[in-house]
Amino acid sequence: MSLTEKEIIKIARLARIGLSEDDKQVFVKELSNILKMVEQLQEVNTDNVQQLQSITNSSLPRRKDEVTDGNIAADIVKNAPMSEYNCFVVPKVVE
Amino acid sequence: MTEIHKLSLKSAREALKKGEFQAVELTKSHLDAMEQNKGLNAYILETRDIAIKSATIADQNIKAGNARAMEGIPVAVKDLFCTKDVRTTACSQILGNFTPTYESTVTSKLWQTGAVMLGKTNMDEFAMGSSNLTSFYGPVQNPWKATGSDKILVPGGSSGGSAAAVTAYLAMGALGSDTGGSIRQPASYCGIVGMKPSYGRCSRYGMMAFSSSLDQAGVFTRDVTDASIMLEAIMGHDSKDSTCATLPVPALEKALNGDIKGMRIGIPKEYNMEGISPEISKLWQTGAKWLKEAGAEIVEISLPHSKYALPVYYIIAPAEASSNLSRYDGVRYGLRVPSENNSLDEMYELTRQKGFGAEVKRRIMIGTYVLSAGYYDAYYIKAQKVRNLIAEDFKNAFAKVDAILAPTAPSAAFAADIKIDDPVTMYLNDIFTIPASLAGLPCISVPAGLSNEGLPLGLQIIGNLFDESTVLKVAFKLEQAANFVGYKGK
Repeated sequence: MSLTEKEIIKIARLARIGLSEDDKQVFVKELSNILKMVEQLQEVNTDNVQQLQSITNSSLPRRKDEVTDGNIAADIVKNAPMSEYNCFVVPKVVE
Repeated sequence: MTEIHKLSLKSAREALKKGEFQAVELTKSHLDAMEQNKGLNAYILETRDIAIKSATIADQNIKAGNARAMEGIPVAVKDLFCTKDVRTTACSQILGNFTPTYESTVTSKLWQTGAVMLGKTNMDEFAMGSSNLTSFYGPVQNPWKATGSDKILVPGGSSGGSAAAVTAYLAMGALGSDTGGSIRQPASYCGIVGMKPSYGRCSRYGMMAFSSSLDQAGVFTRDVTDASIMLEAIMGHDSKDSTCATLPVPALEKALNGDIKGMRIGIPKEYNMEGISPEISKLWQTGAKWLKEAGAEIVEISLPHSKYALPVYYIIAPAEASSNLSRYDGVRYGLRVPSENNSLDEMYELTRQKGFGAEVKRRIMIGTYVLSAGYYDAYYIKAQKVRNLIAEDFKNAFAKVDAILAPTAPSAAFAADIKIDDPVTMYLNDIFTIPASLAGLPCISVPAGLSNEGLPLGLQIIGNLFDESTVLKVAFKLEQAANFVGYKGK
């Protein structure tokens, strides 16, 4: 299966990756090649086959719903490009 | 004794205990070697002060008779592992100068056993690559050169810096991570040992996520014994990773000396595929002969869904990556490229456009596509079902054999100036390592011989889930028979 430029723009939009004009052409070619390779899977009969989601655990371990850490707000924002009052600062989203 | 950094981890540990030299001397010997080999670009950050400080503490512990398992042993850490107060970038521009406020579980385990951190090693950006050519910090050079050639070769990837560091005696051991072959393939290209334990053996806490159902930490060393020592130090349950196995850690170093007489070793006939180089084929047969001479029985086995491993991997890994890497958005850490229109969406797009390299973008895009509405069942669910068939193949095989012998990579190290127009060509490097990764199995690459051009080639031992001991036991016999001479240095 080959992807069109329109589809590439849609995927990039979903992934929030900005594209240059050149990128679009390159991605059309490269992603189409990858999709061709993965399409081999369609020839495998997977009727009645379960999905494998995890190697080790059929069920995840549980613990008591207790607070085990906290009071590390300053640590959390330490690497933020912009922060104020221990909050992340972003462009205004709500008018 | 001028070249103490060229000793094995085990010999250095014994010499330290006997007081033949001090941990500080051993560390300085490595720091000097690092200084002289900067051209390899193996380290992207050297932590000299931390190293000297830890080595000083190690000397005190040794003197007091309190030496721990890796007391005073200098090691390198792939830049994928978060190290507290030490810049950690996964070799991506998008993380900028990210400096973690916490330590990954596997690195903290190393420090708890007395190991000394020399620095952070180069890698393919976010562990996506088989060449170390995708690092934001530039490529790593393989210390090896083909006979009579000056051409620069790749160390393999994604853990290329860790592999080159151990090869060139710039660390006695190094941490790596393996998602589809990122420890085993570079180990093969560099002529050293690389081992990835079973999925769940090492905690993933503090290891930057690429593909969470596949990512697993592991080690590089110059021999199998050293691998058993270092791996034992980093394995074990951790409540901070819900997928981490609760099993006790086996005594790996002790397992090495076991006999392999009567053990059954499987040779998967499907791995004898078209396009495999004749010298790889020959080495594989030689490896089987060695194990037979050591008393094992060689059995042909079938892993019928092997050829689907690559397509399964290139759906599942990008899908998980597209989700894991959504956190790099210019808000919480690393790079932010502001939008002129003060738009949040545009800020995300500009940040990710500038911050991610080509291979990472490619995989996020493929992952986004296979998870998008209308394609999820056809690609992602289908891949998870075929992954189950691949895991079943191994399960059936391990009903008949104790371990599997296979090549590690389809070729020796290739040139760093290689031009690859189709990314799929690069993906084929992992054709022998991906199937076992999909099944979560423990595997090791052991250097077994040289190519016609004088470059190292590895063989791979794959074991049953959580049976690291058998993998190491067989690898040890293979190593003894191969009698491989490592990189001799400049």
